[in-house]
Amino acid sequence: MMHILLSRWRQGHRTLPYPKTIPPLPERFRGRPAIHPERCPEGCGACAEACATEAITLEASGPRIDLGSCLFCPDCVEACPEGAISYTQEHRLATRTRGDLVASSDGEYRLAAALDAELMRVFGRSLKLRVVSAGGCNGCEVDVNVLGTLAWDLGRFGIQVVASPRHADALLICGPVTRNMELALRKTYEAVPGPKLVIAVGACAIAGGPYFRQEEQLGGAAAVLPVDLFIPGCPPHPLTILDGLLRLLGRLEGEARIGIPT
Amino acid sequence: MSPTALLVLRNGQAAPLREVPDLPPAAFREAVLEGVRDGRRLACLCAESDRRLIAVLADDGAGTLHVARTRLDEPRYPSLTPDCPQAHLFERELAEQFGIVPEGHPWFKPVRSHRPWNGAADPWDRPADLPPAVMDFYRVAGDEVHEVAVGPVHAGVIEPGHFRFQCHGETVFHLEIALGYQHRGIERALVGGPHPLTFKMAETAAGDTTIAHAWAHCRVLEGLSGVQVPARADRVRGVALELERMANHVGDLGALSGDVGFLPTAAFCGRIRGDWLNLSAEGCGSRLGRDWLRPGGLRQDLDPLRAERMLPRVGRSWLETRDAVELLWGAASVMIRFDAAGRLDPVQAREIGLVGVAARACGIDRDVRRDHPFGPYGAHPVKVALAQSGNVHSRAWVRWEELAASTAFLSAALEDLAGSPGDPKPDPLPPLAPERLCVALTEGWRGEVLHLGITDTAGRFARYKLVDPSFHNWFGLALALRGEQVSDFPLCNKSFNLSYCGHDL
Repeated sequence: MMHILLSRWRQGHRTLPYPKTIPPLPERFRGRPAIHPERCPEGCGACAEACATEAITLEASGPRIDLGSCLFCPDCVEACPEGAISYTQEHRLATRTRGDLVASSDGEYRLAAALDAELMRVFGRSLKLRVVSAGGCNGCEVDVNVLGTLAWDLGRFGIQVVASPRHADALLICGPVTRNMELALRKTYEAVPGPKLVIAVGACAIAGGPYFRQEEQLGGAAAVLPVDLFIPGCPPHPLTILDGLLRLLGRLEGEARIGIPT
Repeated sequence: MSPTALLVLRNGQAAPLREVPDLPPAAFREAVLEGVRDGRRLACLCAESDRRLIAVLADDGAGTLHVARTRLDEPRYPSLTPDCPQAHLFERELAEQFGIVPEGHPWFKPVRSHRPWNGAADPWDRPADLPPAVMDFYRVAGDEVHEVAVGPVHAGVIEPGHFRFQCHGETVFHLEIALGYQHRGIERALVGGPHPLTFKMAETAAGDTTIAHAWAHCRVLEGLSGVQVPARADRVRGVALELERMANHVGDLGALSGDVGFLPTAAFCGRIRGDWLNLSAEGCGSRLGRDWLRPGGLRQDLDPLRAERMLPRVGRSWLETRDAVELLWGAASVMIRFDAAGRLDPVQAREIGLVGVAARACGIDRDVRRDHPFGPYGAHPVKVALAQSGNVHSRAWVRWEELAASTAFLSAALEDLAGSPGDPKPDPLPPLAPERLCVALTEGWRGEVLHLGITDTAGRFARYKLVDPSFHNWFGLALALRGEQVSDFPLCNKSFNLSYCGHDL
């Protein structure tokens, strides 16, 4: 018993002070891309050509990246001779609509807005998630799982992963939705009592990820269910996922700072 | 037919396809069976288009891979499985992929629930869009026997799979596992490559094993294009692989602790695992090691300054890991549960071709890093961990010893990297040589990862085969459950912690 207490003392209190402060991200972290179209050479499309998931289109205002398809890999950055695309440390990426998942040089990035007043009344202080892994590589699951550890302590925000869809308020879906998982996913959704939400986590669940061309999958959760929150990445950093969940619950406005209900 | 007639390769070595002996079907069969009788291991058995079979036998003692091919006249042949249980899932897989029927297979069922790629007739004559696990399961008859069905959607943040238990009271007589829910068609998509998505698919075959799969893939490409990787880059790859092992082993030990209700280690390890993942992110920006490697070398080098910064973090994380995990061995309530659950018979384990942590926990002394050394492991060997009991305790203990061995590797490697200048970025690979074959093995944290590439006349992949360690090991979990309580399934399952997506591809 004593050695357990000693370990407890040695290991210390380690829950991250988020959201009061943002935990440090590694120098090479690849967050929301920044685009500098003024550097684009005339007629160059090297970035779009290099993108394996066809996430980049070239517009009059410069390259436009669909962050739903983006794997946040360095392909486009390395392909560009002029450094017109670079990754930033910006971890906030979640949106409420598929169309908002755009990185371009014009317009502001529309981060996820909070639920409407009625849904907020129901879910604002307690949101139970049922995670469904529907294809994919288990990478997103790794970083969703992490939120349950004492470092992130998801429970302190009133958010919890539950075992049964009957106990759930929302489905959190990872993976491109394989044909082999479609029926199970639909049945799980039907088993969740209404009102209910759907959260798509990761490039696969948003647009099929690296498998977007495969006929074995359906191209993401939205092909099967109405999606209320999109959290991009491959996989998204735990901080990105948590930011999205808290925004949906109206707990983060603008900057990351929020008040935690007592 | 003597096994010496097979083509002998080293791990990662390529050879012209014409040098692979093309045996008549009967001689092929005899060569595989004789090799296995002589103590070799069926590392891979797969089909190609044109009714070809290819087998890779690993001789772990000699560090060699023995390869043979055959061409069948008909889409059927006498099954190897009755004489060689290691072949059982491979034969089901090649039947599903290419419509080739291994006649006399004792448990002939689909693996992933998809149609044959080549348009061949479906061996099971299934209706289109039949979901996985819609089939007859092995059943035990009797008034007092009941069946428990679990999945595909499980309680928790975990991948989908269906488990069917035949139970007598609490006791499990038999467990049958039906997978395929994560099947997204990776192998089919790799044919005709390499293309821009190839590397990403290799990395995401199993996301928690990114480095082991990416490395095996890189070595296939490097073998087929005749490129030598600089020693320093290989050392960095070793750092990436051992960090992946640390994170996953720490996570598993914490989860095992949680499954027996011992919360201190569960809580500590959950957090410490994140520290190891963050070290990978320090190296390459991604906690899972995405885009760290690249064919020919590294995509992101560990420059001396970065290695120097990581070194004390490795030391600190190891001290905390040790402090958290050592609690397990002193807790009687943990030990009694670990010792009593999930014993797998070593003889059976050998017969079914178990690999990795689960094999070493049965006293089967195999580890690719030593037996088929690749990258830095020839010059910088790691100590291979072994345990004898084949139960949950042994599987936990092997992980624990591997944590210490990997930390030693990491510390030495980072120290050397901190004192040596970084490599320039590797040049893009030259085109792959046509009509060649290359087999590459790595030792991921679960066990042996095998990638096999065969190029066509244009230097594109005519066949690309991946074998995740889970493919060998799922049947081991089913065997370990026999005679256990059904309530111990989570504990036994976690002690193997196999990949669904790595199996389903």
